[in-house]
Amino acid sequence: MSTHSETIGHGHGEETHEHGWKGYLYILLILLALTIITVTASRFDFGSSTANVVIAMTIATIKATLVALFFMHLKDDKPINGLIFVSTLLFLAVFLGFCLVDADSRFDTRPATYKGPVDQMALPTLDVDKSVAAPAAAAPAPTATGGEHGAAKH
Amino acid sequence: MSQAHEASLTNHDEHAHGHHPFHQHHFATMEQQFDASKIGMWLFLATEILLFGGLFVGFGIMQARHTEAFVAGHHHLDWQMGALNTCFLLISSFTMVMAVWAASNNKNGNKQKVLITNLILTLGFAGGFMVVKYFEYSHKFHDGLLPGKFFHYTGPDLVPNMFVFFSFYFMMTGLHGFHVLGGMGAITYLIIRSIKGDYNTEYFTPVDLIGLYWHLVDLIWIYLFPLLYLIS
Repeated sequence: MSTHSETIGHGHGEETHEHGWKGYLYILLILLALTIITVTASRFDFGSSTANVVIAMTIATIKATLVALFFMHLKDDKPINGLIFVSTLLFLAVFLGFCLVDADSRFDTRPATYKGPVDQMALPTLDVDKSVAAPAAAAPAPTATGGEHGAAKH
Repeated sequence: MSQAHEASLTNHDEHAHGHHPFHQHHFATMEQQFDASKIGMWLFLATEILLFGGLFVGFGIMQARHTEAFVAGHHHLDWQMGALNTCFLLISSFTMVMAVWAASNNKNGNKQKVLITNLILTLGFAGGFMVVKYFEYSHKFHDGLLPGKFFHYTGPDLVPNMFVFFSFYFMMTGLHGFHVLGGMGAITYLIIRSIKGDYNTEYFTPVDLIGLYWHLVDLIWIYLFPLLYLIS
């Protein structure tokens, strides 16, 4: 695999050996094989839709890693470039992870058309929230919390 | 000294005075110039990842919220078209990296043909991707499977909120498609400059940077394909 800084560094010499290109071809073949595997895997049911998503995303990540390391030359490149890339992915993971956790705690994730039995242990729906919250708001403010709150202030 | 200077002026073009014609004056060496450009490109790619990241986050949240609608919507996508496009982009990434390899090993024009051939192949596969995309889009337009308020599909498998899936489908593949078009423009520029013989072992920065951009476009599609076409 050629590194560009190396090529530039040694490029002026007369006896520079040529870096091979066949490695790139092998990477392409692996990537195409992984595409076939992704398509095949999507036809199977791995128990839950979550399992299928995890498997599909794992294969995609393997492919992305191969592209980044070999086609984008991060394997032999200056570390700063890889650092920029990896830290971007880290921030994307924070963005994605926290948003999904937050959305999961906020919304009723059942489809809008869901008409089946309601699991009482499930997260409350928006409607349940209202019915619970309304009487509490209408009732006189609990003296205990108010007192504690006031006490804490002083 | 002045004699040597004059000699170099007559030997090369008017810009050459003892350094490479594409060496910018504010960089100490060609290597420094190359490394600086490359860091800049990676920073740009970081903003690109976050741009698409927002759409991926939205997709994740809405897919969890409207799973049924997303599954029904996904059945309207042709996975064979998607797989074909995946192959097109993967092969174009390979021809692009071959172009970078040829440019970085091009001494006295000995890799000139390989460079130009691979750039033209990359452009060809990118064009193939857009042609497949055109057929997919026109089929969706015909069925009324359009984003947001333009959605007017009335088939037997219509599910409430199905328009949400197609909003994401068109936004994500559309933004990606514009990136492919932009990449095709950039590769055309590379072909023109390669034919002029501008790229060789000592200077191939544009080939390398546009190569990086092209691989990122491929990388985003690697995630888009299973998310949109395969997950049920």
